[in-house]
Amino acid sequence: MVGKRSLALFAVLGFGYAFLYLPIVLLVIFSFNESRLVTVWSGFSTKWYGELLGNQKILDAAWLSLKIAFVNACGAVFLATLAAVVIVRFRSFRGRTLFLALVTAPLVMPEIITGLATLLMFVAMEHAVGWPEGRSATTVTIAHITFSMAFATVVIQSRLSQMDRTLEEAAMDLGARPLKVFFVITLPIIAPSLLAAWLLAFTLSLDDLVIASFVSGPGSSTLPQVIFSSVRLGVSPQINALATIFVGVVTVGILLAGRLMNRNESAGR
Amino acid sequence: MDAVQDSVLNRAIGVFIMVDTQTVPAPARAPGGSLGQPWKDPKAVPFIKLEGVSKSYGDILAVNRVDLSIHKGELFALLGASGCGKSTLLRILAGLEVPTEGRVFIDGVDMAGMPPYRRPTNMMFQSYALFPHMTVEQNIAFGLKQEQAPRARIVERVAAVLDLVQMGAFARRKPHQLSGGQRQRVALARSLVKEPKVLLLDEPLGALDKKLREQTQFELVNIQERVGVTFVVVTHDQEEAMTMSSRIGVMNAGRIEQVGTPAEIYEYPHSRYVADFIGTANLLEGIVQTHAADTVVVQCPDMPSAVAVSQVGAVPAGASVTVMIRPEKMTMGRDRPTGEVNAAPGRVRDIAYLGDISIYHVQLDSGKVMEVAQTNLRHTAEQRVTWEDVVWVGWHPANAVVLTQ
Amino acid sequence: MNGRPGNGRPANGWTGAVRWVVAGGLGRLLVVLPPYAWLTLFFLVPFVIVLKISFAEMVSAIPPYTPLVAWVEDVYLQLRLNMANYIFLLDDGLYLTAYLNSIKIAAIATALCLLLGYPMAYAIARAPEARRNGLLLLIMLPFWTSFLIRVYAWIGILKDEGLLNNFLIAIGVIDQPLAILHTDWAVYIGLVYSYLPFMVLPLYATLEKMDLTLLEAAADLGCRPLRAFLLVTLPLSMPGIVAGSMLVFIPSVGEFVIPDLLGGPDTLMIGKVLWVEFFTNRDWPLASAVAVAMLVLLVAPILVFQRHRQNAEEPE
Repeated sequence: MVGKRSLALFAVLGFGYAFLYLPIVLLVIFSFNESRLVTVWSGFSTKWYGELLGNQKILDAAWLSLKIAFVNACGAVFLATLAAVVIVRFRSFRGRTLFLALVTAPLVMPEIITGLATLLMFVAMEHAVGWPEGRSATTVTIAHITFSMAFATVVIQSRLSQMDRTLEEAAMDLGARPLKVFFVITLPIIAPSLLAAWLLAFTLSLDDLVIASFVSGPGSSTLPQVIFSSVRLGVSPQINALATIFVGVVTVGILLAGRLMNRNESAGR
Repeated sequence: MDAVQDSVLNRAIGVFIMVDTQTVPAPARAPGGSLGQPWKDPKAVPFIKLEGVSKSYGDILAVNRVDLSIHKGELFALLGASGCGKSTLLRILAGLEVPTEGRVFIDGVDMAGMPPYRRPTNMMFQSYALFPHMTVEQNIAFGLKQEQAPRARIVERVAAVLDLVQMGAFARRKPHQLSGGQRQRVALARSLVKEPKVLLLDEPLGALDKKLREQTQFELVNIQERVGVTFVVVTHDQEEAMTMSSRIGVMNAGRIEQVGTPAEIYEYPHSRYVADFIGTANLLEGIVQTHAADTVVVQCPDMPSAVAVSQVGAVPAGASVTVMIRPEKMTMGRDRPTGEVNAAPGRVRDIAYLGDISIYHVQLDSGKVMEVAQTNLRHTAEQRVTWEDVVWVGWHPANAVVLTQ
Repeated sequence: MNGRPGNGRPANGWTGAVRWVVAGGLGRLLVVLPPYAWLTLFFLVPFVIVLKISFAEMVSAIPPYTPLVAWVEDVYLQLRLNMANYIFLLDDGLYLTAYLNSIKIAAIATALCLLLGYPMAYAIARAPEARRNGLLLLIMLPFWTSFLIRVYAWIGILKDEGLLNNFLIAIGVIDQPLAILHTDWAVYIGLVYSYLPFMVLPLYATLEKMDLTLLEAAADLGCRPLRAFLLVTLPLSMPGIVAGSMLVFIPSVGEFVIPDLLGGPDTLMIGKVLWVEFFTNRDWPLASAVAVAMLVLLVAPILVFQRHRQNAEEPE
C-alpha cells in the first residue's frame, strides 16, 4: 500500500519536474540547431550565437538591463534591510500597520497596475516639480527598486526573525554600541540572506517587462522589451541562443550562491 | 508517586546539609572563609543594591518591588520556578531591561539610564550567545576590542582566561565545532575577560547534562574564588543554588520571598512557599495555644498530640500558623515515643527505597500523609517496617519550624 | 565620553537617561524613514494619482488628461469628478467580459496549479531530509531564469507545427495537428507553468512543519490513511493552500504577457485590455479606471493574503 502511494507521489513529482524543465531543455537544444526553424532538428551549429553577438540592439539592451539590475539590487537590498529591521525589531510604532501593508502589497500587486501607477506618478511629478525629466533608465530603476524591495524584505526578514537576539544583547553587554552591534554582529549573521535578496532583486529587475514598458523612455529599452518585440514577430533562434546563455549563467550563479550559503549556514549554527 | 520522586531530588540536599553541619572544614566551598559574612554586619556597604525595583510588561508584573543587597565577592543565587521574574531581575542588572520603578546601584553608582555597553557588569547568557561567525579567540577578544584595549593586552588577557577555563587548545575553533560543555567554558571566559565588577550568570549550567553539571558547579565556584568577582547566578535548580552560593534569594511571582545562606533557607524557611520549594517539607496547619519561654505549643487538627516547637521569637497565642518538619528530621518506630508531644500513630502507605535511605509515606488517622526519611543503616531486611504496618512518627521540638506566612 | 568604556562611569542623572532615549529614538527614526518614505512616494502616492486620473477626461495634451481641480474666476476651487470612464466600463460589454474572463481563467489556472502543486509539495516534504533542499531548489530554479523566455519556449512547443504536435503525430496519437496555441488552453498551460513555484513553496512550508506523529495518532485511533489525509493533513495545510492560491490567483488576474503571447484574439483578459487602452489608444484616464476596477476586484483576495501572512508571523 505504502509503496504504491509513494510511487504515485513520485510519478507526480517526476511529471512536475518534466513540465518545469522540458521547455527549457528544448529551448537549449534548439539554440544549437542549424535551421531557422526552431522545431525541426537539422544539424548542430553555433551560428545563432554568432548572430546574437552581432546584434547591437540586443547587446545594448542587455548592457542597460544589467546596469539597471545592478543598481536596483543594491538599492533594494539597502532599503529592504532597513525595512526588515523595522518589521522584526520595532514591534510598535505609529504607522506600523500601514508600513506592513506597503511592504507586502507589491508582492501581490499585478505588475500592470504598478507600472501604470508609477508612470502616472512620474508624469505628475515632472509636471509639478520638473523631475524626473522624461522617462529613462533612472525611472525604470526607481520603479524596479520599489517592487523588488518587497521581495528582498521577505527574504531578509525571515532570516532576521530567526536570529538569536541574545547575540546582540551579548555584544552590547560586552561594550558594543547599538550601531556597532548591527554592523559587527547582526549584519554578518544575516549576510547570506542579503546575498539571496540581492540575487532575487537582480533577477526580478532583469526579468521585468511590464513595468519597464510603462516607465522606460524611447532611448532606454531594456532587454525584456527588445525580446518581447522580437518574440511578438515570431520565433527566432537568436532568442533561443540568448535563453541558453541566460539559463547557463543563472544555473552557475545559483549553484555557487547555494554552495556559499550552505557553507555559511552550517558555520552559522 | 510525584512526591516520592521529589524526595529523590531533594535527598541530595538533605545529605549535603548534614555534611555541611557535621564536617569541619566545609567541602568545596567555605562561604565564610575568605569572605566573612558581611550581610550580618549592619555597617557593611553592599556592592549591589536594589531599591524597590519593579518591572511590568503591560498588566504583567514580572518583578515586584524588589529590595536586595549583595556584597562584594559573594556568589549570590536567585532561585525560583520558571516565570518568577529571576531572569528579568538579572537583565535589569545588566541593563538589558529598564526597570519601571526603583533604583539600582552597583559599587555606589546609580545605574539609571546607563546602557548595557557602559555598565561594569558582564553576563553569561543561558544560550551562551557565542557569536557564530567568530572563533573562540575572537569571541573572547570582542569585549576588549570594544574598549580599544592595546593589542598586546588583548592577546595576554585572552590567553589568560582561556587558560583559566582550560580551553587554550580550542582558540581557533568556531562555536559550532565545540561541545556543550566547551561552549559553556568559552561563554564564561568571554564574560570574565573584561574583569567586570559583577558577573551575571543566567542558568549557567542549564544546558549541560547532569554529570557535567555537577562537575562544573565546583569549577565555577573555584573560578569565582580565584578571580574574586561578585557573581549573581540565576537558576531554577535548587541543588545547584545550594551547592554553589554564599547566599540564596528565593523568588516567587516577582517578589523575593527570602534571602539567606543555603542552610538558613533549608532549615529556617520564612514562608510556606520557601519551605515547600526547597527540599521536601511536612506541613501541619494549626493554632498557637501557648507561647512560653522558648517553646511554642500549637494545636494541629491532624495531630492527636500537641505540637511543640523550640522557637526564638514571639508568636501570639491564637495565631494560625504552619509547622514544618523536614522528612529526615522525623523519627519512626513501632512503639510510641516517650514524651507527650509530637507523636502520632499512622499506617505505612508507600515506601520508596533509594539505597542509602528510604522514604516512608505514613498516613495519620486524620488522613494526612507525612513523609519520613530513614537512613538504611543495616543490610538485613528483618525488622524493617513494611507496607500497611502501623507505626508511630515523631520529631524533636528543636527540629521543627513555625511558619507564620 | 572620555571615561573608560565598560567601567561604571557615573551617568549624570536623568540627562544621561534622556540622551540614551533620544539617541535610540533618533536612530529608530533614521531606520524607519528611508523605506517608509520610499514606499509612500513611489507606491502609495501613485495609487492615489491613478484614482485621481480615473476621474479625469482624456485630452490631447501633455499630460493627456484634464486636471480635477481648477480655479473658477480665481475664487472658487472647483472639483470636477468625471464619472464617464466608469460608466463607459459598465456600458461597453467588452470590459465586463474581460473582467469575468480574467477571473475564470485565473481561477482555473489556480485550481490546476493546486492540483499539480499539492502532490509535488507533499512528495518533497516527505522526501528524505537530505534531498528536500535539492528538490526545492529545482522548483525555484526556473523562476530565476527569464519569465519571458520561459513563456516563449511554449510557443515553439504548442504551435501547430510545434514540438508537441510533431511528437503526437509521430507516435500516431493524432493525424491532424491540435490547435493549442492561441487558445485559452495555451494560457492555462502558460499560467500554471509560470506560477507553479508560488504554489509549491507555501504548501511545502506548511506540510514540512506538520508533525508526522499526528498521522500516527490518527492511524492509532483507527483512521485509514485516506481519511487521515482528509481529516488531518488537509486542514493543517490550509494556510499553505490559501497563501499559494492567492499568490497564483492575484497576479494571474492581471497577467498580460501570457495571454498576449499564448492566447488568441478572443482571449480577453483585463491586463491586456488595460495595456491596449494605454499603449494603443493612449487613453490614460480610461486605463486608470480599468486599473482601479481591477484593484477593487483584487482587494478581497489581497486582504485575505495579507491577513494570512500576518497570522503566520504573529506567533513569533
